[in-house]
Amino acid sequence: MTTPTNSTFRTEMIEAREAPNQSRGVAGWLRANLFSGPINSVVSVVVILLIARLIWPFLEWTVIDANFLGSSRDACTGDGACWVFIASRFDSIIYGFYPEAARWRVDIVFAVLAVLIAWLAVPRLPQKKWVVLFALIGFPILAYILLLGGHFGLAYVPTRAWGGLMLTLTIAVVGIVGSLPIGILLALGRRSKMPFVKSICVIFIEFWRGVPLITVLFMASVMLPLFMPGNIEFDKLLRALVGIMLFWSAYMAEVIRSGLQAIGKGQNEAGQALGLSYWQRMGLIILPQALKLVIPGIVNTFISLFKDTSLVLIIGLLDMLAIIRAGLTDTNWLGFSTEGYVFAALVYWIFCFSMSRYSQYIERRLNTGHKQ
Amino acid sequence: MSEATASRPTAGNTGAMVEIDHLNKWYGDFHVLRDINLTVTRGERIVICGPSGSGKSTMIRCINHLEEHQQGMITVNGIPMNNDVKRIEQIRRNVGMVFQHFNLFPHLTVLENCCLSQIWVQKKPRAEAEKTAMEYLERVQIANQAKKYPGQLSGGQQQRVAIARALCMRPEVMLFDEPTSALDPEMIKEVLDVMIELAHEGMTMLCVTHEMGFAKTVADRVIFMDQGQIIEEAPPTEFFNNPRSERTQLFLSQILGH
Repeated sequence: MTTPTNSTFRTEMIEAREAPNQSRGVAGWLRANLFSGPINSVVSVVVILLIARLIWPFLEWTVIDANFLGSSRDACTGDGACWVFIASRFDSIIYGFYPEAARWRVDIVFAVLAVLIAWLAVPRLPQKKWVVLFALIGFPILAYILLLGGHFGLAYVPTRAWGGLMLTLTIAVVGIVGSLPIGILLALGRRSKMPFVKSICVIFIEFWRGVPLITVLFMASVMLPLFMPGNIEFDKLLRALVGIMLFWSAYMAEVIRSGLQAIGKGQNEAGQALGLSYWQRMGLIILPQALKLVIPGIVNTFISLFKDTSLVLIIGLLDMLAIIRAGLTDTNWLGFSTEGYVFAALVYWIFCFSMSRYSQYIERRLNTGHKQ
Repeated sequence: MSEATASRPTAGNTGAMVEIDHLNKWYGDFHVLRDINLTVTRGERIVICGPSGSGKSTMIRCINHLEEHQQGMITVNGIPMNNDVKRIEQIRRNVGMVFQHFNLFPHLTVLENCCLSQIWVQKKPRAEAEKTAMEYLERVQIANQAKKYPGQLSGGQQQRVAIARALCMRPEVMLFDEPTSALDPEMIKEVLDVMIELAHEGMTMLCVTHEMGFAKTVADRVIFMDQGQIIEEAPPTEFFNNPRSERTQLFLSQILGH
């Protein structure tokens, strides 16, 4: 008897071992990532020098040589920025021409909005369903009553007087909250098998995507009243809001449609086989998955929307940027445009970056890590 | 599933569970199903086999209207199919389906997958739906995974969840569309075991499968399809030992050949 030489078998199993240690501290990381070879090292040094060269003057201008305190132009003594300009106009940057006595109403709306967002962002807080319900139904009513007034003994503040960051946020929030559901309906409609529904949605989307937002705002503000019977007068802000909502819902629809297309048809079939109706299948199975997939696209659209609110300037609504620009024409403050624009950029950036971070956080949280 | 079987009305229901009468279907100009006639009685187990593209999946997908047919009549549990959405949903509530690729909902846990249609279609309270779901998950021996997401399970486990999900609706008929062909070989048995148990409990089943062992064990009738038509229809012993059509013989020699 001979053992066949080309067959072997194992008698003992190999135990799992720990992976070799790959993290070697800061020095190790630097060596591995920045200075792994001569070319890499040279590139790293050049880039670091370049960054330092760019960052330092900016820091000098914004912080080190800047003036922060004071009440008038006389306080601007340094070589750097003079933030006194912003400070002196801070109230109007936030509230526009909203009457001073009623600004507490804006503060309440801001505060409630902040609490709602925070509440929805922190997973540990309870009663999410009711908070969402309040955010979508209660909060708009509350904001409407408080901001506009005219009820419950609150003085009426016409939208003419709205302005600044408060107006920017109003437009952005209404635009965001309005364009998402309309976009979802349009996306579903565009994929509908019903030819009539489908063509209406396609025409709607292609129309609004095909025109610049400025045109939309201009039409809403100047042209629309011409078509309306003489005595019907819609609020200018309301018209702008509707225009912005419809305009962005077309973009939103296409983003969402790309998500719908990524969901395999097996998901819909499984829902059908279980007897779920069309709206149940969409609401419970397809949309939760599709929306999750396109969170980056949705937030991208939100960010564009937020920044484009500044275009309402064209129809005479004074958002935050417009108020800052108006301040620049003040003869006491001529020549401070850099400060004004840098500040505006900073505010926009804070909001947009927050949205971006929040979306990444939501993505991580919703990730069950297991695509179909 | 003995309990479910017992609660099912049996008196006077010995007749047809699924009746397919002169069914014809086209994809554009392509005639996929040609004059299909098939009557499945209550409690009968049918295995459908045939080469790929022979229309076997399309046929069983017509039974719950996942595919629309152009001619002929389908009656399920006494309800004739038409294009009325309500009617179709009513039929689908009686018909459970298991897919080749499981089609579990990846954003929901196993338990939620099983509860979804109970809550939204049958309007059961959540607690009751969860109780039923756990009962069926127990039966397919996967109750300990109830809180996991489908992506965390193996293929065989996912398919057993899919079977439990369909059973939760307490269907009268179960359709299986190649339930084991996407599975790794070592997982096929666990799914077939569940299906065999289900067959022994008296469920009416139509299975598109190439598992000939399964066909021999449980089928009352084996149906062989080719080019959109039923070529041969016989009890398994006769079908495997003494196939009459040449096509059937060729097909069997190809799948049983080695």
